[in-house]
Amino acid sequence: MNKVKRRDFLALSAATPLAGGLLTGGTFLESHRATLSARERVRQRYFPNVTVVTHEGKKVRFYDDLIKGKIVTINMMYAHCADVCPMITANLVRVQRLLGDIIGRDIFMVSLTLKPEMDTPELFRQYMKGYGIGPGWTFVTGEPDTLELLRVKLGFTYPDPEKDKDDTLHIGNVRYGNEPKVLWSACPGQAPTAWLITALSFVTPPPLKRKLLSIAQSVRAAQK
Amino acid sequence: MYYNVFGEKVSRKRYKEMVNAQKNRRELIAARLHLRRDLLKMGLLTAAGTLAAKTGLSARAASLGASPLPINQPASPPTRPFIEPMPVMPVKVPVGSLHPAPTVEPNTAAGEGRTRPHQALTMFPPKKFYIVRQMAAPIQLSPDLPPSIMWGFDGMVPGPTYVARYGEPILIRNFNNLPEDNGGFGIPSPTTHLHNGHTPSESDGNPCDFYDIGQFYDQHYPNVLAGVLSTHKDEGGDIREAMHTLWYHDHRVDFTAQNAYKGLAGFYLLFNEFDTGDENTGFRLPSFPEFDIPMMFADKVFDEDGKLFYDLFNLDGVLGDKFTVNGKIQPFFQVHPRRYRFRWLNIGPSRFYEFFLLDKDNPNAKLPFWQISNDGNLLPRPVQVESVRLGVAERADVIIDFSHYAGKSIYIENRLRQVNGQGPVPPPNDLTPPGQGNLVLRFDVVLPPVEDHSRDPAEITKFYDLPETTEEPRVTRTFKFDRLNGQWSINSQFMDCQEPRFRIQQNSVERWILMNLSGDWQHPIHIHFEEFQLLSRNRKRPPVVERGRKDVVRLTENERLELYFRFRDFLGQYPLHCHNMVHEDHAMMLIWEITPEGDTILVP
Ligand SMILES: [Cu+2]
Repeated sequence: MNKVKRRDFLALSAATPLAGGLLTGGTFLESHRATLSARERVRQRYFPNVTVVTHEGKKVRFYDDLIKGKIVTINMMYAHCADVCPMITANLVRVQRLLGDIIGRDIFMVSLTLKPEMDTPELFRQYMKGYGIGPGWTFVTGEPDTLELLRVKLGFTYPDPEKDKDDTLHIGNVRYGNEPKVLWSACPGQAPTAWLITALSFVTPPPLKRKLLSIAQSVRAAQK
Repeated sequence: MYYNVFGEKVSRKRYKEMVNAQKNRRELIAARLHLRRDLLKMGLLTAAGTLAAKTGLSARAASLGASPLPINQPASPPTRPFIEPMPVMPVKVPVGSLHPAPTVEPNTAAGEGRTRPHQALTMFPPKKFYIVRQMAAPIQLSPDLPPSIMWGFDGMVPGPTYVARYGEPILIRNFNNLPEDNGGFGIPSPTTHLHNGHTPSESDGNPCDFYDIGQFYDQHYPNVLAGVLSTHKDEGGDIREAMHTLWYHDHRVDFTAQNAYKGLAGFYLLFNEFDTGDENTGFRLPSFPEFDIPMMFADKVFDEDGKLFYDLFNLDGVLGDKFTVNGKIQPFFQVHPRRYRFRWLNIGPSRFYEFFLLDKDNPNAKLPFWQISNDGNLLPRPVQVESVRLGVAERADVIIDFSHYAGKSIYIENRLRQVNGQGPVPPPNDLTPPGQGNLVLRFDVVLPPVEDHSRDPAEITKFYDLPETTEEPRVTRTFKFDRLNGQWSINSQFMDCQEPRFRIQQNSVERWILMNLSGDWQHPIHIHFEEFQLLSRNRKRPPVVERGRKDVVRLTENERLELYFRFRDFLGQYPLHCHNMVHEDHAMMLIWEITPEGDTILVP
């Protein structure tokens, strides 16, 4: 994995001008990055286009194939997690069922493993069968370093390094967003199902937004 | 002067190292090196997560033993401090009338986004009308940075200052003129909260009352004292509930931090026959606007190109490494050698401050000043202090007498250490030594002497009495603030706009217990609509500056707070939430409702 040797790495850093070096006499010199779109900046910072493996055993690119141009949910879990994962997965399964063919057509769901060394595509397929998970929801495994990179980039971390290492404490939030519109937020995976659907409506265009809100409303009505 | 993201002062050399280290981290990531294992292997990272000093890449002193820089957040480019004056926001000017005229029912046909009728529009008819537009504008926070496209009220950051008076109801028509393209963060469907007006629910700026581009929303502010329709009908409300320093800000559910950070915030001052704005009358506080100056503190980060940056996937709390006052990084402010009233407001999104005054020539000298209010509510009497601590959304009005400092420069220094969204470093290491904190603003006492008719705070023996807290509460409710696998919660539940969690009986007294059992997080908790009195911190009397009326309270590690409320006059829904806006956006919020009957749910 270690393609970059320390010597090369130091040489690399020496060759790159400091961000502060852009400042001369109080005038700010525009670098080439300044012309990048907001979407591209966010992509570069948060969505490495790494190769990952889906539950179907297919090698795909994380950004190009799972995120780009999509409205998505992203969460992290592992198949044998006995803490909060089952509750969060069950909640997301309810979302998928309630939204029907919207999932896979307008909105996509992505679950990334925290234990890539254990979660094989085969194990994920069994897991999905057990929960009755349908199309439009991709379970992702791959090289441990790749999944760790995604975990950190997507902010599924604790500020305390000790807690960050503790798998039982792993972050149970579900990111939701509209990639082309650069709208991103998150809500708890254990939030009320109707609220998860409402939150998705914040990042969807008007016709679908209305549909999501009416589904959320019928969920609430059914609970009463 | 350079600062790191941890709020510590660093040399230019150190700063360059820090910027470099940050850059190198990104390159390491880009090279797909495993964060911990590979960096450890390469000897570039210490066990505590900081880059090893021996490589010359140390991002910070390891002494605090804190976690590494948020990996996705850049270090801001250098900026020169104290080269621009602090702006003072213009006073918002009313319009003659509104077309179409405001209606009790939402004017949906004309494009109003309101969903509920005005409760009190005919009872308190507006005497002034305003039009304000939320819009994008290029804003330059330092001459050393290019302008960033921010969102402001009337395109200003901070927004214009509303000057209102008790007994003079107003109506503000908000137009959403935000662009569809958010430029990387923020959502163009705002809702504006007046923090902490005694405002009917439909005008409060509820997080769930957001409206779309092209729509408008009429907000009716009666500017009445609590008790006006209940306990103190004949006197026009309870004067002991007077509020004077309010602010308005975006409150869009799930996106408040992004939108407020992007610039949607401003001041709202409320005067009356005692706090008159004229130093010759009433309490004789320094005159507005010459000697009564609002100051909005906001920490920001800029990316490699100097553009305003917001860390989208940080769920702990977003800290800036640049300190702005009224929309400028480290400005200076020229003053006359006399008394001034400053209205200090921390708008976050996540940082806590403790402000001291500093004389750089004599850093160990104690420079006392007067705190006259807490959260915009005058204390029973002025309190002489050496510092003021402010969580997000907390306010303090202070009086500083510059006649002692003629010809000198005096700094506002933040000495509170904070390394991440968890809150400030706990005592006893919470404060930096004098002169080693963040210099946020420089006062230059260079203007000529002028008359000062304001009263010396030392001679003020009383503002308002406190409302009594002897009436037995109808119910005592308990709220536990926690983090469940990274999910911010109140009583193990999460925000839902559509489901009020409990109902308060109109015109009743309640006692609320706020609990924080976590050892490592602090939360500034805010309750809309009514001011409370803080009866105790861990069963002890709170410090003297907190013995007033408040609307935000810092809930520190392993703490139990006891709050006393009267919920009066209006009906409807309001939120209770953490004002670390990042926690707030990720579900550390709940909705309650005032109804004629109420309920007695003890743990909502
Ligand atoms: Cu909080």
